[in-house]
Amino acid sequence: MIEISQLAKNFGEIAAVRGIDFTVRPGDVLGFLGPNGAGKSTTMKMIAGFVTPSAGSVRVCGHDVQQDPRGAQRLIGYLPEGAPAWEEMAVLGFLRFIGAVRGVHGAECTRRVEDVIERMGLGGVRRQRIETLSKGYKRRVGLAQALLHDPRVLILDEPTDGLDPNQKHQVRELIRGLSGDKIVVISTHILEEVHAVCNRAIVIAGGRIVADGTPQELEARSRYHRAVHLHFSDRGADSDAAEARAALAALEAVSEVEVQAGGRRLVVVARPGANPLGAVARLVHDRGWLVDELHVERGRLDEVFRDITREVA
Amino acid sequence: MGATLIIARRELGAYFATPLAYVFVLIFLMLSGVFTFYLGGFYERGQADLVAFFSFHPWLYLFLVPALAMRLWAEERKSGTIELLLTLPVTRWQAVLGKFLAAWLFTGLALALTFPLWITVNVLGSPDNGVILASYAGSWLMAAGFLAIGSCMSALTRNQVIAFILTVVVCFLFVLSGFPLVLDAVSGWAPRVLVDAIASMSFLTRFNAVARGVIGLQDLLFFVALAGVWLAATTVVIELKQAD
Repeated sequence: MIEISQLAKNFGEIAAVRGIDFTVRPGDVLGFLGPNGAGKSTTMKMIAGFVTPSAGSVRVCGHDVQQDPRGAQRLIGYLPEGAPAWEEMAVLGFLRFIGAVRGVHGAECTRRVEDVIERMGLGGVRRQRIETLSKGYKRRVGLAQALLHDPRVLILDEPTDGLDPNQKHQVRELIRGLSGDKIVVISTHILEEVHAVCNRAIVIAGGRIVADGTPQELEARSRYHRAVHLHFSDRGADSDAAEARAALAALEAVSEVEVQAGGRRLVVVARPGANPLGAVARLVHDRGWLVDELHVERGRLDEVFRDITREVA
Repeated sequence: MGATLIIARRELGAYFATPLAYVFVLIFLMLSGVFTFYLGGFYERGQADLVAFFSFHPWLYLFLVPALAMRLWAEERKSGTIELLLTLPVTRWQAVLGKFLAAWLFTGLALALTFPLWITVNVLGSPDNGVILASYAGSWLMAAGFLAIGSCMSALTRNQVIAFILTVVVCFLFVLSGFPLVLDAVSGWAPRVLVDAIASMSFLTRFNAVARGVIGLQDLLFFVALAGVWLAATTVVIELKQAD
């Protein structure tokens, strides 16, 4: 369990983190969202014991990071922002060093190093110096380093930054595949990632938590949550669309109808808490409109993100 | 193997993974040769000892050791690996000591590679090898003092050039602290005890005895204590920077 209370950090005059509280339980995959400079990385650095908090405390599985940093750090696998590594080292040597410092020796070290090399797809570059690797490989070396000792807590600062879509998918699969008793905290500004791997999202802006909930709860805050998209077929009459617009706007569950694509696409925005799909589908059926596309939106995370972070900034 | 030694081994490996080690050793050997034969008048002295070699070591170290020490922490800070190192379950002291040990062992290696000089004096005459060995040990301990100062200066900045200049300046003050250049600046206002204390810090005074083979335990302990103090200062600087 990670328990964070009243955590704050000032860099001179600048308050980077202004008193945040949250608890992460085993099995949680927490997505840490926020604009650049919101205090995400600073918070993660404080959890990992690199930056000393100005106030407040962090406890990792019972170990206070201030009082017992070594105890906490043994349990944490940490990928710092930008995945730094000693560039003159070869991948294998680097991972063996991390293993040795973490107290994994001999055959056990070899086994674990081979395991993370396999899982991160580093087999082809194991003898290459890290400085010669592409950005994607460097990131994966950083991840391998964090996973090496099979930690109970994983703190990953932008784990998929710089990876191509296939590698991103692979890393997400890996995070999803971690056993359910681990604590994972990832920071990202890719919102789809939160959907893909997290069961909880915290949005932080201006050094404060501005939202905390499941990705679904965040989506529900979107204006477009449960909005119904209709596209009128080219074979249909333009008058259909015009008629539909008025008819749809009159529905009880609908707050507004937006028109796109020259009137052929209608976006039926739901009233908060209401679900207009049934009524819309009935209307389409009853009036015999020629509709070739109909789908429901879950909500736009990016829009929610912009709304809640803009208020602060 | 403790974390200190694991860090030291990695660090030492890093020296040899880049041209740094080879360039340093080469320059060190060349310069020590130049000092010994041209400035020290090794042959002209007509004596089978290595005084000509050792007496220039404070000056040799003044520029070469900061070049080695400047990267100790500044480079880690610049490349971000300091964050990786200090979030591993190691204490700051282990990290500081491990990195220092690597640099110190490396200067020891460079020093050991001057052995042809030792062979030369043994071929030319019959020197007191005990004295030579003690002088080597003294020189190596003095290098520890220089390196520890460099370690602290390097922890202050992410810029290696600044670390180099700061180290040279601080080391220079220590080398000359028994001489008027430094003493005149303090003797006007400071109490006698302080002036004496500063004078006793002089690397040059201390090492001149060592170079002549007069090895006082005091002098050796001085360099050990000096290195210890500056390494402790390094951990404090790193800790303060983390809280900054």
